[in-house]
Amino acid sequence: MNRTWIILGATSSMARAFARAVSQEGAGVLLAGRDRTDLAALAADCQLRGARVAEAVDFDARQPDGFAALVARMEAEEGELNAAVFVGSMPEQAAIDADPSLIDGTVTDSFTGPARFLQMLAPLMEARGGGTVVGVASVAGDRGRLGNYVYGAAKAGFATYLSGLRNRLTRAGGHVVTVKPGFVDTAMTWGLPGMFLVASPEKVAEDIQKAVRKKRNVIYTPFFWRYIMLIIIHVPEFIFKKMKI
Amino acid sequence: MLWKSADYSGWGRVLQAKGEIARPERQAALAALLDEGLLPAMGMRRSYGDAALNDGGRAVDMTRLDRMLGFDPGTGILDVEAGARIGEIAAAFGPKGWLPAVMPGTGFATVGGCIGQDVHGKNHHHAGSFCEHVVSLTLRTAKGVVEVTPEKTPALFCATAGGLGQTGVILSARLRLLPCKGDVMVVTERRMADWEKFIAHLDTSRATYTVGWIDATAKGAALGRGVLEEGETGSGLMPQRIKRRKVPLDAPNFALSSPIVRLFNGAYYRRVPEKGRTVVRPISDFFFPLDKIHDWNRLYGKRGFHQFQCVVPLDQAPALREMLGEIAGSGLASPLAVLKRMGPGRAGYLSFPMEGYTLAVDFPNRAAARELIKHMQARAAEVGGRIYFAKDSLARAEEIPAMYPELDLWRKEVAKADPEGRLATDLVRRLKLRVAK
Ligand SMILES: Cc1cc2nc3c(=O)[nH]c(=O)nc-3n(C[C@H](O)[C@H](O)[C@H](O)COP(=O)(O)OP(=O)(O)OC[C@H]3O[C@@H](n4cnc5c(N)ncnc54)[C@H](O)[C@@H]3O)c2cc1C
Ligand SMILES: NC(=O)c1ccc[n+]([C@@H]2O[C@H](COP(=O)([O-])OP(=O)(O)OC[C@H]3O[C@@H](n4cnc5c(N)ncnc54)[C@H](OP(=O)(O)O)[C@@H]3O)[C@@H](O)[C@H]2O)c1
Repeated sequence: MNRTWIILGATSSMARAFARAVSQEGAGVLLAGRDRTDLAALAADCQLRGARVAEAVDFDARQPDGFAALVARMEAEEGELNAAVFVGSMPEQAAIDADPSLIDGTVTDSFTGPARFLQMLAPLMEARGGGTVVGVASVAGDRGRLGNYVYGAAKAGFATYLSGLRNRLTRAGGHVVTVKPGFVDTAMTWGLPGMFLVASPEKVAEDIQKAVRKKRNVIYTPFFWRYIMLIIIHVPEFIFKKMKI
Repeated sequence: MLWKSADYSGWGRVLQAKGEIARPERQAALAALLDEGLLPAMGMRRSYGDAALNDGGRAVDMTRLDRMLGFDPGTGILDVEAGARIGEIAAAFGPKGWLPAVMPGTGFATVGGCIGQDVHGKNHHHAGSFCEHVVSLTLRTAKGVVEVTPEKTPALFCATAGGLGQTGVILSARLRLLPCKGDVMVVTERRMADWEKFIAHLDTSRATYTVGWIDATAKGAALGRGVLEEGETGSGLMPQRIKRRKVPLDAPNFALSSPIVRLFNGAYYRRVPEKGRTVVRPISDFFFPLDKIHDWNRLYGKRGFHQFQCVVPLDQAPALREMLGEIAGSGLASPLAVLKRMGPGRAGYLSFPMEGYTLAVDFPNRAAARELIKHMQARAAEVGGRIYFAKDSLARAEEIPAMYPELDLWRKEVAKADPEGRLATDLVRRLKLRVAK
């Protein structure tokens, strides 16, 4: 069956690993993001690994005017349409404290921009009667904490959005996978202090692929983060508010 | 963040370094970084010693710049970023009937690292060294980005091939791949009862790929016994086993003690039936036998290990036999030991290969082993051979010029490409490679 994935935030190393994995299975990939040169290199790579089509396309979460053209580009592909969202930004909390206007951009990149795009794509997926949306949220969205609560709030919003979208697309034969990574070895975490149990982007991509195949709803990757977060979620608020984690 | 403070080491884990590392995820980020000044590049750090270390300084990790950029089936030329791993290229192209022309014993080595050491494979006697199949490469030198080819910029090419990253940061390369029948290997394994038999077989083998495992603990009449493997690519169906194992902890010191190694080697030798056998294997099992066990270097424990590898001219086989005799007598070797016949192929001023026999033996890091290796290095030099920078942690600066007669030519080019000496690594400083006498 003809399958196409649009991958938003395809310059992320997590997205790159996922794009390669679906390319190896012969899917088409539209690699969406802001750095054309980098995306063109990835497109060539995906092509050589077996992608049916591989193309770099422009996507800026903060420029919604461009979204309609992307949806139209998706429509031009026959068969099953899928989307994977890896877009997100995490300015240091201290930077946000100094300049609260950074909140807008963080929320746009990590939640409202991608959500708006998915909202425009949803009718097309419904019309085709299937397809999967993969949305990368974060364990940071499970509970707000001192170090990154604006980013966490945006991810929590995105996760809630994905849950509703799942409700909607399931009715039309589609599916939504919410992915909550723990620490992953990417540009975002390179050199950050306090990292532990860091997973490779390839491991995360493998987990996502498995979740898509098995129609899982919400996954933590690597899996043990489900248990770590289970504990963190259950720390009583009167203790949690004094903790520094 | 741009910089990560890290403690890191080479594959042997004996020599360590501390410093800041950047790991750009895209070419634009790398270019911006190098605009501030050149930095030593590192690949997967599969070199055993300090070739990819810069203690107290900064370095750039190239492993995320790993895309295949284009392939021309007419010529077999693949354009690829320097951080791509050889095993990935083999996995993507083997099923299509192409392989990297030269593959080292680990698929984790990057294209940049294979150029930096001008690596050799199990087909060196036919195919020559890695850089003999490099059509061109893009190199970021102090003067900016230059296109380097053996025809148009021969001196810079020769200084870059096997040049330990001292001429600049390799961004990408165009490699001429070799056609193959498919991605399975038909392998014939034969017991070699002793040294004479081994050498005779290596001399007459016509196989495309040959490699010999040698029992570096066998003495007396059994000295030099081992298993010769000869391989040809073939087509067929072979389930690709992707089960990978990991060594989770540093092993205790007794794991590779001499009685255990002797037992293991005996069993490993007898695993092959007396009359030999032919088996079919996935390509990665033949070329990268150890890659299935992640972090196997931890088997040597915290103290790490050394590999001694030298090559000696064809007529010095008896000297190599004597050296093996000393190694076997010491009881210090680990099971990992390889004997191969090399052809003359080499592409750079500091390339390791020469026509002759190469012996590589691993040793747990102990004082006695270090002494033995130093002694072996001196012996190799005496008989007109040389040691391999990819494996070395112990050589002394004064030994190098005799082993590498083109060192001065290399120095001249390196001084032009990196006049400020920003690319120097721990190995280059330890062996005083860039300092003229
Ligand atoms: C199990 C095992 C088996 C091996 N078998 C073989 C074998 O059969 N034959 C053989 O020849 N070797 C063999 N080796 C050695 C290995 O192939 C080399 O050490 C190779 O250089 C490793 O590649 P790397 O990417 O890890 O490079 P590194 O070790 O990270 O770097 C090697 C050198 O290349 C330079 N370099 C790396 N990338 C760049 C770049 N982009 N630009 C400029 N300079 C760069 C570094 O500065 C350094 O000097 C083996 C090693 C192991 C661990
Ligand atoms: N690394 C972790 O430990 C971790 C943990 C949990 C969740 N995550 C999430 O995983 C996803 C991938 O992140 P990563 O770790 O791989 O880091 P990353 O490399 O920083 O990836 C972020 C991606 O978002 C894109 N992006 C940011 N703002 C954008 C905008 N306005 N328009 C279009 N694209 C934009 C980036 O594109 P550019 O290249 O153009 O900047 C990049 O592709 C993110 O959603 C992140 O929040 C990461």
